[in-house]
Amino acid sequence: MRKRCASSADSDNSSSQVMMADSASSDEVAVIGNTDLTSSESENNLINTMVERGTALLNKMEINVAEAEKRTGKNTVNMQETYTVYLIETRPAETVQEGGTPAIPDTLWRRYSEFELLRMYLLVTYPYIIIPPLPEKRAEFVWHKLSADNLDPDFVERRRVGLENFLLRVASHHVLSNDKIFFNFLTEEKGWREAVFETGFQDKADPRLKSLSAMFRVKNPDKRFIALKHYGDELNTIISQLLRVRARVADRLYGVYKVHGNYGRVFSEWSAIEKEMGDGLQSAGHHMDTYAASIDDILEEEEHYADQLKEYYFYTDAVRSVCRKHELIQYELEMVAQDFANKKQQKEELATGTVRVFSLKGMTSKLFGQESQEQREIRLAALEQSICEGEELVKLKNTECQEFVRTAWEDIERFKEQKDRDLREALISYAIMQISMCKKGIQVWSNAKECFNKM
Amino acid sequence: MSEQTVPADLPEHMLDLDEDDDLEVFSKNTSLVDGNPVPNSPGSMVNQYRLEEDDEQQHDANAKDLFITVDNPESHVTAIETYILYSVVTKTTRSEFDSCEYEVRRRYQDFLWLRSKLEENHPTLIIHPLPEKFVMKGMMDRFNSDFVESRRKSLHHFLVKISEHPILSYSEHLKVFLTAQDLTPHKRQGTSFLSWMGETMRSVANSVRGLRSRPEEVVRMQEYVEDFSSKISCVDKVAQRIIKEQREYLEELKQYGPIYAQWAGLEEDLADPLRGVAGCVEQCRKESEEQIQHLSGELVPVLHEYVLCAETLKAVLRRRDNIQAEFEAKDEILATKKVDQEAMRDEVDALADRVELANNALKGDWSHWKNSMRADLKSAFISTAEKNVDYYEKCLAVWEAFLLTQKADGGERREDV
Repeated sequence: MRKRCASSADSDNSSSQVMMADSASSDEVAVIGNTDLTSSESENNLINTMVERGTALLNKMEINVAEAEKRTGKNTVNMQETYTVYLIETRPAETVQEGGTPAIPDTLWRRYSEFELLRMYLLVTYPYIIIPPLPEKRAEFVWHKLSADNLDPDFVERRRVGLENFLLRVASHHVLSNDKIFFNFLTEEKGWREAVFETGFQDKADPRLKSLSAMFRVKNPDKRFIALKHYGDELNTIISQLLRVRARVADRLYGVYKVHGNYGRVFSEWSAIEKEMGDGLQSAGHHMDTYAASIDDILEEEEHYADQLKEYYFYTDAVRSVCRKHELIQYELEMVAQDFANKKQQKEELATGTVRVFSLKGMTSKLFGQESQEQREIRLAALEQSICEGEELVKLKNTECQEFVRTAWEDIERFKEQKDRDLREALISYAIMQISMCKKGIQVWSNAKECFNKM
Repeated sequence: MSEQTVPADLPEHMLDLDEDDDLEVFSKNTSLVDGNPVPNSPGSMVNQYRLEEDDEQQHDANAKDLFITVDNPESHVTAIETYILYSVVTKTTRSEFDSCEYEVRRRYQDFLWLRSKLEENHPTLIIHPLPEKFVMKGMMDRFNSDFVESRRKSLHHFLVKISEHPILSYSEHLKVFLTAQDLTPHKRQGTSFLSWMGETMRSVANSVRGLRSRPEEVVRMQEYVEDFSSKISCVDKVAQRIIKEQREYLEELKQYGPIYAQWAGLEEDLADPLRGVAGCVEQCRKESEEQIQHLSGELVPVLHEYVLCAETLKAVLRRRDNIQAEFEAKDEILATKKVDQEAMRDEVDALADRVELANNALKGDWSHWKNSMRADLKSAFISTAEKNVDYYEKCLAVWEAFLLTQKADGGERREDV
């Protein structure tokens, strides 16, 4: 059962007026019409949207990362370690009868490193696709009240949500969702690792892509890709700045609210020595305690917002990765084309006897005397062969490059739309959170004022 | 209040208070022609001051016939020193005053003089404290406008409290303070500094001996004052801590909003909502600044005044103890030593009367003070709560307006497709 999904769809629309696209052809997005929507419901909408985009895979099955559990075991160097495993649930996507019990899901456990392996496989196998990111391995951008410990239950919970998000992103991608290895990740507990390695994807991985400093001097860079790369870099910088400052703001706001708790304590003690003022002070003090306590939930909700931003922060790496792959392909094409041009030049010189392009054979023949006509004809034939091969290679690389550009831009456009949609929803949900915080503030201080009136 | 015994040094006609219904309306004081506010009738001034006085006093409002304001601080430079002079404006219908309106210039020292005179003459009345002497704090000097303004408010509040006091407001020293153009000759008169010091020394010596027993009410007062002092100090500290935390929050907010605006520069479709959020954050920051101003301008000064009040209360109780100690000391001598019985007896009786007067004065003033305290703090807390509600309401409006723009955009976008 799509637990969170069902709760929003089945429950009365008084809590959320989400308009779901009911046909796969429509790809418009749900608009949040009610400001009482909580951020978790907003996240729910995100998932609904992905699901509604209707890939074949998602039409067949529902995917959940339902639980997280601690395990201990021996690692590769035979040392004890504690790690977390996540329960992946899949069940057929038939609609459930009202009151009927949902189908029992198939389940298997995966740990974070297996998710990483899956993602690496996808990166190499689909280099023209912007691969969805995984949630952070270690807690970054924390404000000090929030634990930076990987085993902290809140962190584990947020990671569980992030992993589910990752799987749904992949499952709703019209290309990635058809991948067999991905399907097996969801369904085959045993032997999955072996199967991944059997694909030999590690060999396809170009080490040059990993190295950030490797610069390919591309003669005719594609302007669109250059622009995209710059955008990716700038987005990365700005989101990381935003996340850092947001964490600091949260920290400060926490301080402001918590200090008000001291009012609660003092008013309570003070009320004991007053006659007429006592009751008013005492009850006002309770409201101050409420106010101080309210910040915990407020900031907990804001973490969801931060997570939404974080996802796109991590997405920028995937964008960068596609740009680099394109650079590499472009570079190889240019190398191959250059090589082809050189060979043709050589042939021309050999045929006409002029030396314009340096070749070792040419130099040695100059130094050690002319070669015979026979030798020349042999060399010419070999060169002709090489040129033919070269031409084929150029055609191949050209096609490869064009194909890459075409498919990449398709995915980039898709990504841009997705990003604009998701981030706009995130900003709206942030506004909703602020509104909720203001409403709570109004209530508490109005109540406090009533109590002061009774002093 | 009607049960109070009248201390010896009060003017005779204080008892005529309720019979005085002379409502002289217009001022005869021509020095007010230049730019001063148009003189009001005391009746209409009741409304003007109603906002400043607590609700408690409203039933007395019709009887209130002495209105004082402290205003217009100005630097005054002499060869020796520079100091601030405040305008003290008095409007009254009381017959002890020759005129209905007065304006004098006073400096902080003059207020100190007034208060010490009042304390001298009414040792067991609770006299509202003055703002503290200036203490060098970092770069701020005593001519800093925030400091001067907060001091002005406290001085004003001090005079208002005195003017409302049923006994103190009739003090001759107060009259002199409010009316004399030059205070200097008056300052030289009266109990000299040395004799006042001598009195204090004797009091200290007496109190060391210990009292036989304090009246029950006094014991209760003492306990209350101890507790109140610690509680009000704590509240004062909490309020100041809140301001500090809030200022740090604002510092971070200052950086937060602009990042959204910067991001908007990178985007196309997303630019609009990003700029919207940047604007909201900036607006809320401004509202938060206003809220802090209110806290430090309205709540903290009141809390601080009552921290000082607690010290005043302790001093009053000490003086009362001293009066009792003096009596007990003489009484003991009478009982144990070979002295002139008759002469001594008269002295002891006089001291016993003094004790009784002191206790009654304190008792009467105690409930007056408690009511005043309750009213002041209640109003300050209410005002703070109102300002907080106002702050959140303004921020709510800002974010809701943003949401509305996003919904409108969303609707349009869907229609375009």
